[in-house]
Formats: sequence, structure tokens, C-alpha cells
Amino acid sequence: MSSIGTGYDLSASQFSPDGRVFQVEYAMKAVENSGTAVALRGKDGVVFAVEKLVTSKLYEAGANRRIFNIDTHIGMAVAGLLADSRQIVETARTEASNYRAEYGGNIPVKYLADRVAMYKHAYTLYSAVRPFGCSVALGSYDEIDGPQLYMVDPSGVSFGYLGCAMGKARQAAKTEMEKLKLKDMTCLELIKEAAKIIYIVHDEVKDKNFELELSWVGAVTQGRHQKVSQEVFAEVERYAKSALEDDSDSGNDDM
Amino acid sequence: MIKKSSVMSCRPTHSSIEWPTIKPEVLSKGLSTVSVLECCPISTVSFESSMACTMNNSISDLLSPDWLTSEHSTGTSIMAVEFNGGVVIGADSRTSTGAYVANRVTDKLTKITNHIYCCRSGSAADTQAIADIVNYHLEFHEVQLGEAPLVKTAASVFQELCYNYRDQLTAGIICAGWDRRHGGQVFNIPLGGMCVRQSFAIGGSGSTYVFGFVDSNFKKGMTKDECVQFVLKTLALAMSRDGSSGGVVRLGIITEDGIERRTVLGNELPRFYED
Repeated sequence: MSSIGTGYDLSASQFSPDGRVFQVEYAMKAVENSGTAVALRGKDGVVFAVEKLVTSKLYEAGANRRIFNIDTHIGMAVAGLLADSRQIVETARTEASNYRAEYGGNIPVKYLADRVAMYKHAYTLYSAVRPFGCSVALGSYDEIDGPQLYMVDPSGVSFGYLGCAMGKARQAAKTEMEKLKLKDMTCLELIKEAAKIIYIVHDEVKDKNFELELSWVGAVTQGRHQKVSQEVFAEVERYAKSALEDDSDSGNDDM
Repeated sequence: MIKKSSVMSCRPTHSSIEWPTIKPEVLSKGLSTVSVLECCPISTVSFESSMACTMNNSISDLLSPDWLTSEHSTGTSIMAVEFNGGVVIGADSRTSTGAYVANRVTDKLTKITNHIYCCRSGSAADTQAIADIVNYHLEFHEVQLGEAPLVKTAASVFQELCYNYRDQLTAGIICAGWDRRHGGQVFNIPLGGMCVRQSFAIGGSGSTYVFGFVDSNFKKGMTKDECVQFVLKTLALAMSRDGSSGGVVRLGIITEDGIERRTVLGNELPRFYED
């Protein structure tokens, strides 16, 4: 499927003869090179799980987080070029802050997703800049509208999701997600499944070390987006690791 | 006359809610040289503030009646009350210029959205302009959001304008309405630009005469009709004592289904002690 643009891929302001903007497609390839991130929306909240690849043992633990807070009630998980995603985070935070100053309340996550999408799209129009090489997933929960999850990709397109995955193992993660009945699951069930998906899709051979990042926003956190607590994290990790062993064991039974 | 507002109100306005201004060059082209000099006897005053301040002109002021030179004010009685499922808003209908009643059938209940209205008191011009700007912002916001805006949002926009331009405005506004998230809400935004939610709010020059009445007669959990009677009685009392309030009582009942407007004429108003 990989095609070389040959001449039509030098700037985002050019179409190719078959109607593609290659720079945007290359930006999406940049996202595919990063560690997997999944986000799941259930009955009473949204959970985020990120496979943060650690390329050196010398790094400090917990550095370069990939899940961010946008205002107190919205979480954003990112995949792709980390520096690009940090700028998107800043933009989203400014939008949320301006909304609060002008209209006196929490920014609705759908509205924020639209604004972020418009911003990213603007960078796909000109030759003087390049598109952002990151996908972001925004999630929030509130009592009246329930949990909501949106993902924005480098082309500036935003969709609402029940479950979404980004990064290198996103196809495998999507397959795992489709086995679940997301709509009826609570946050606690979801977070275990999300961690399990990350462990399953993680490639032991190519990427040795990874840190798991987990966060959630829902009724269980009274609508605030936060990292899961130490106890919950430990329990969820145990569940994910043991589920992984069960899966690999069940493969051997056929012999 | 020192223009002190330029020193004191150096308030940082981060928001995009700003007073729409016409550039001075555009403005001066529309005015003849003579009238420009009359407006600005002291040349340091800028065009924008001169349009906002009352004009202290010449000796002829002392010879002409006050209503030729006074600003139009909605010296007023306005009120709003929350009930379970909506709000009742009410106002009198007198606009005065000094002692002359410029309009005896004014509508001081101005629409912001289908479910959010505001009661205006203070300078008629200021409040009309503010309501216009808030209307614009809320309409835009509604389209962007894809759903009806919250009453709190409208009150917030009012507050941005009334606070940031507090030195140039005389506006006491009650913003009230219904939204699906919090039901009926009343927000009081008096002169300085504070914004506070209240179960009921009164405003305008006539309100001073009825603080005792409302404090002793308000009960939580009134029905819609009880609220209507409460508003009518209060406004009737205010209008009978305040010279700047009078005419008819205009009522609005805002619920999920929109607004129901009523007008209660002078002879139908509740009457109180009169010898």
C-alpha cells in the first residue's frame, strides 16, 4: 500500500493527481510509529491506557507522560510525535481557559474536539508549515450528557467513538475492543480491559520495555480526569498480566 | 476635566467580548468640524469616550427644560423569580427623560434566546446596546455548540461587558431563563458588574421601596401562579411609590416550552392602601 508521492508530496498545499494530500498521509504514518494508546467509553466514564515505550533504562520513571489534563474534566491521550502533541495540548488548554473566561463554565468536550480539529486542519492547508504528526483522544464525563470520547487525527477530522486506538498496534487493539460490550461496562471493568489490551498488543520482541499509563474520568472520579490511584493501578496490572498468561497458556492446550 | 478612566480601568481583557467600536477616522468623516468641537470642548478626550459620556454643553442648558438634555433612563422596577420548571420575569413600562415620560408602554423584557430573557434597568441606550451584543454572542455560541446555551453562559457574557466597561456604562440587568441542565435560573448583574445567582431578584429605582415586601413575602417552592402573583404585587407596590416607574406591568413566564408573555394594564393591577 505504501506509495511514493514523487513530486506531489513536497508540501501540504499540493494535491496529487489522484486527489491525495501526501503530507497528511505521511503525518499519519508518523502516528503509526508510536506506542499504542487506547481509549474506551463505557456506561459511566471514559478510560485511557497508553503503552509508553521506554527506549533506555537510564530514563527517569514517569518522564514524558502521554496522558494530559485539559481543564479538570477532560483528559487527552496522545500518539505520535510527542513534541507536536504537546503543542496540541497547550492549544486545547488555552481554548478551555478562554471558554471558561467568556462563558463561565466547563467547555463541552465535543466543542473542544471541533476546535482542536479545526486547528490541526489549518496546518494542512499551507506549504509554510507541516501537519501535526499526532492523533489525540479527548474524553470527558458529566452527569447530564454522560461519557463522551472523541479522536482527532492529523488531517483534522474528528469522530465520536465508543472505543478508539492509535499507534503501532491499533489494528490489533481494535480487534480486541470489538470483543467487548463497551456500552454496559463500568469504569472499573473498562480500565482492566484497557490495560489487558495494551499488554496483549505489546510486541515483546521489538520493544522491550514499556510503562503503562492509566487514567480515567467518570462517576467514580466525580467527573474529574485523573491518573488511577496506586492501589487500582496495581490491581489492574495484576489482572492484565495474569490474563495475558491465561491467553498464552490456552494456546498450548491444543497440543 | 481629567479623563480618569484611562488610568483606572487598565483592566486586561483576554476575552473576545469587547465593545464594538467605530474607528475615529471613520467617525470624524461623518461629523462636521463644528459639531466635533461642540462635542469635545477639551481636545484630550477621545471620540469613543465622548460618545459615551453625557454632554455638558453650554449656557442654553440652564434655560431649556430638563427633558431636552437628560439621558433616557429606564428608571424602573424589574423583577425575576425562579420556580420549579422555569422563571417568572416582570417589569414596569416607563422610560423617563428627566420628568418627561418618553415612552409609557416600554418593553423592558428583552429576548436573548428563546429561553433566556433579560430585564433592563439604568440607561436605556446602554442596556439596549448591551442586550444587542449579548444576543449576538449567544446566537453565535448556539450555532457553534449545536444546542441551546445555558442561562449561566448568558449571564457570564453580560458580566464580561458590564464589568470590563463599568466606568462607561450605567446598567443594572437581571438575566433569567430556563435551560435543560439546571432548570429555571435568575442571575442579578447590578451596576459594578458582579454576577450572582438568586432565587429571586429585584432591580431598578423602584426596587428600593419593595425590599421589605419581598423579603417578608418570598417563600421557597412557590408554584408558577404564586410566583406570578408575587411579581405582580411587588411591581404594583414599586410603581405606586416610585416616580420613575409606572404604566403597565409586562410579565414573562419562561419554561421548557418557551416564553408566555402577559401584559397587566393599570386598572387591573393589585391595589393597596390609598385614601
